[in-house]
Amino acid sequence: MSSARPVNQRAWWFVLPVLISVAFSALVPLMTIVNYSVQDILGPDQAVFVGMEWYREILRDPDLHGALLRQLIFTTAVLAIEIPLGIVLALGIPERGWRASLALVLLAMPLLIPWNVVGTIWQIFARGDIGLLGYVLTQFGIDYNYSQHPTDAWVTVLVMDVWHWTPLVALLSYAALRAIPEPFYQAARIDGASRWAVFRHIELPKMRGVLTIALLLRLMDSFMIYTEPFVLTGGGPGTATTFLSQYLTQKAVGQFDLGPAAAFSLVYFLIILLLCFVLYNFMKDPQ
Amino acid sequence: MARIDLEDVGHRYGSADDAWALRPLTMTWNDGGAYALLGPSGCGKTTLLNIISGLIAPTRGKVLFDGRDVTALPPEARNIAQVFQFPVVYDTMTVFDNLAFPLRNRGWSTAKLRQRVEEVADILELRADLGRRARALSADQKQKISLGRGLVRPDVAAVLFDEPLTVIDPHLKWLLRRKLKQIHQQLKLSLLYVTHDQTEALTFADQVVVMSQGEIVQIGTPEQLFETPAHRFVGHFIGSPGMNFLPCEWREGAATIAGVRVETSSRQTPPPGAALSIGVRPEYLELSSTPGPNAVPARVAAIRDQGIQTMVQLEVGTSLAWAKLRDGAAALPSAAAFARLPPARCAVYADERRVP
Amino acid sequence: MRLSGISYRAGSELWLRDIDLSLASGGINVLLGATLAGKTTLLRIMAGLDRPTTGRLLDGERDLTGVPVRRRNVAMVYQQFINYPSLTVYENIASPLRVARKSAGEIKVRVTQLAETLRLTQFLSRYPAELSGGQQQRTALARALAKDAELLLLDEPLINLDYKLREELRAELTQLFAGGRTTVVYATTEPLEALQLGGHTTLLAAGRVLQSGPTLAVFRRPASLEAARAFSDPPLNVLPARVLDSVQLPTTHTPASEIVLGIRAHEFSLAAAPGQAALSGRVELAEISGSETFIHLACDDVRLVAQVPGVHDLPLNQPCTLYIRPASLYGFDKSGRLLFAPES
Repeated sequence: MSSARPVNQRAWWFVLPVLISVAFSALVPLMTIVNYSVQDILGPDQAVFVGMEWYREILRDPDLHGALLRQLIFTTAVLAIEIPLGIVLALGIPERGWRASLALVLLAMPLLIPWNVVGTIWQIFARGDIGLLGYVLTQFGIDYNYSQHPTDAWVTVLVMDVWHWTPLVALLSYAALRAIPEPFYQAARIDGASRWAVFRHIELPKMRGVLTIALLLRLMDSFMIYTEPFVLTGGGPGTATTFLSQYLTQKAVGQFDLGPAAAFSLVYFLIILLLCFVLYNFMKDPQ
Repeated sequence: MARIDLEDVGHRYGSADDAWALRPLTMTWNDGGAYALLGPSGCGKTTLLNIISGLIAPTRGKVLFDGRDVTALPPEARNIAQVFQFPVVYDTMTVFDNLAFPLRNRGWSTAKLRQRVEEVADILELRADLGRRARALSADQKQKISLGRGLVRPDVAAVLFDEPLTVIDPHLKWLLRRKLKQIHQQLKLSLLYVTHDQTEALTFADQVVVMSQGEIVQIGTPEQLFETPAHRFVGHFIGSPGMNFLPCEWREGAATIAGVRVETSSRQTPPPGAALSIGVRPEYLELSSTPGPNAVPARVAAIRDQGIQTMVQLEVGTSLAWAKLRDGAAALPSAAAFARLPPARCAVYADERRVP
Repeated sequence: MRLSGISYRAGSELWLRDIDLSLASGGINVLLGATLAGKTTLLRIMAGLDRPTTGRLLDGERDLTGVPVRRRNVAMVYQQFINYPSLTVYENIASPLRVARKSAGEIKVRVTQLAETLRLTQFLSRYPAELSGGQQQRTALARALAKDAELLLLDEPLINLDYKLREELRAELTQLFAGGRTTVVYATTEPLEALQLGGHTTLLAAGRVLQSGPTLAVFRRPASLEAARAFSDPPLNVLPARVLDSVQLPTTHTPASEIVLGIRAHEFSLAAAPGQAALSGRVELAEISGSETFIHLACDDVRLVAQVPGVHDLPLNQPCTLYIRPASLYGFDKSGRLLFAPES
């Protein structure tokens, strides 16, 4: 007999209902998608097997390349801004007391807002005529219009995402910082370490695990982002802020081209999986 | 080198209604001495250590280093090093970088600090590990790194230890203790060592400060604390097991237990009305089968062979006492009925205090 | 309980290898070993929290190997004082009795009894967070005893307590477990603690059993150099036989040049007596501990530690001679096997 953990057969019975529902809501649709991705669906009952045709088409589609490129730029920008900003915010929150509680509550608020409402808020907020931000900017003589200028649209979408999601990174980092035992800080004081040295040699290494989680979460979510930019810019002007998921939806729902859409969503899924896998291995503690 | 003076230093955590964590005290720590602060949890020893190192600003009083008032100075400005209960090392750096860290923070050039780091690594027998990542080392080696970071600074006047051997295995404790003593003799630094383990305190220090509930109970050499504890607490706390206290009465100018007159090292008469007992350490209690001077009737209640010593539990009157025999049960007279208290090794205690 | 051929692999590490062990029922079984020797892993297997990779766990005739912990009759006390933080001390101690569906009257009797034995009577209505370390651990202990399990496992329960408190609690434990029906397994890193607890001792090193038997027998007659070393505090003095070439050693088949001698620190004395061998060297350190002195001696290329009675404040580098009775020497061959030991 050789198995590492005691096997409790009864546990499987508890897990079965969950397995069944996951099977229905995820596995079956997934298999359906795989099925669709290798067929050309001409009508409700007419489907022709086309093999890898859709995959080939996707990988050659210039619109897809455009959307993918935009998505990569967006995700990179989001990560580059939100992670450091979140850490800085966490460092600024006091360890205890009413100020800490207040700061945490204020930080958590953007996370509680439904995503389409976030989009709507910023859509109005950034308008030149009735939005506070837009109005103030135009008063300063800045020619700002997010529905007409691609750059403005990009910046607005980015700022919106940063506003929305940085608190998550900040809260996770704050929890990680609180877990560092006091003697480390005391020893660093005695060693005469500067604030930066304390951050670099004590706080950052000890936050590694949590930061990996934060990075992965933001990577996945930002790569799949749909609601907020859609509500804010509709993907425009033109296709300036059309990211991958919006492009997919246009293809599948808008054009009702199920075959290519299915192939595309599988490819999409695999891309995210690959990115996460690479990142996780990179960030993993070598021990 | 530093002479450390504490003037009326006291501390309480919280408001003025809370109890003193450290009652106001005044004392001097001599330059180059090795001191131990010994006491149970909550006695104030760590508070005292942190006040000296500057991690805590005392609620009242002044701290002076070589006559200079350092009370307001933070730890980094005080020329002290502190080693904590669990090893504090910078995981991402190598052993060399760990040791070099305090010097780099002071702007030392790499060439200059290399020599110093290697010197200290030699003293601590870490030379071979300099290139390894700090987190790969064992607990005792990490503690050495913690200590090393303190020693690299040439201006370090005192090294403070807060129960540093807590996470170390027994046989490594020996090596580390020996190393600490060697460092003390070699570098002539003042060393202050906080512990609840009396073996560590007694072997390490020239002077031991015994504390209980925020105040200092007795200061003395290990021998003084062992042979002549001024207070019942010290007698109980030091020694393994602690001192036996046998209730006695004062009759006709001498202490008596169960009617037997017991000569002690106490010369004075105890104050009337005080609760009296005779304190004698288990190491000195002798067993015999015949009556004699200072021999009190006793019954052997239990015998425990503990390999390197034999513990004998005795019923003396209504109280229990332990005798610690080194030479094994062979030295036990088979019909032991008397416990003999050597006069020079016992004393009368009135209430809690020793009668001189 | 008997363990037969137990080994445990987790990931790529082999934590225990080929352990054969018999626990003395109704007494204390000490597991002595350094940190990471495998004591906690072994305790977890005895409890049923982990399943061994190979081997079997037998209780009399019953094979317990696959039995999950819920169905075993076992209680455990940990290093970190583990109690239910939201229950009072009374409720904590009562919890195993409630699980066993005892009546309120029975529970009250048993809890009061245990509280008295462990001196917790005045704390019964308090919560664990309000208690000191020693009191919390006594609560954990009372709860474990309330279960009245056949097997009680203690994983270095006193290590997080003050030295003095440890001494007191250890004495209480020895009394508690004496003459009970419970089989107690007590893991520790301190040889002195094993000697104070008595009972049976098993020496563990790097996942292997070095030796197992009645504590004093294992102490007095170690099967190997490694076992002697594992069970010595202060560390065992080890020297080649040639350092004491004048001494008549018991005859063995091993040539004298290959014999390694072991001397326990407390066997040395500073006073010469006829028939004793002498070891001379320089004092490296004299540590005074109450009524004893630990003398660290550098003798040729060997470093010795001696535990002698009396206070001797010897200055550094002073020449010093230690004496030893030849009868108190241990001898090992070059593979570490015991050749001879002092007669007890």
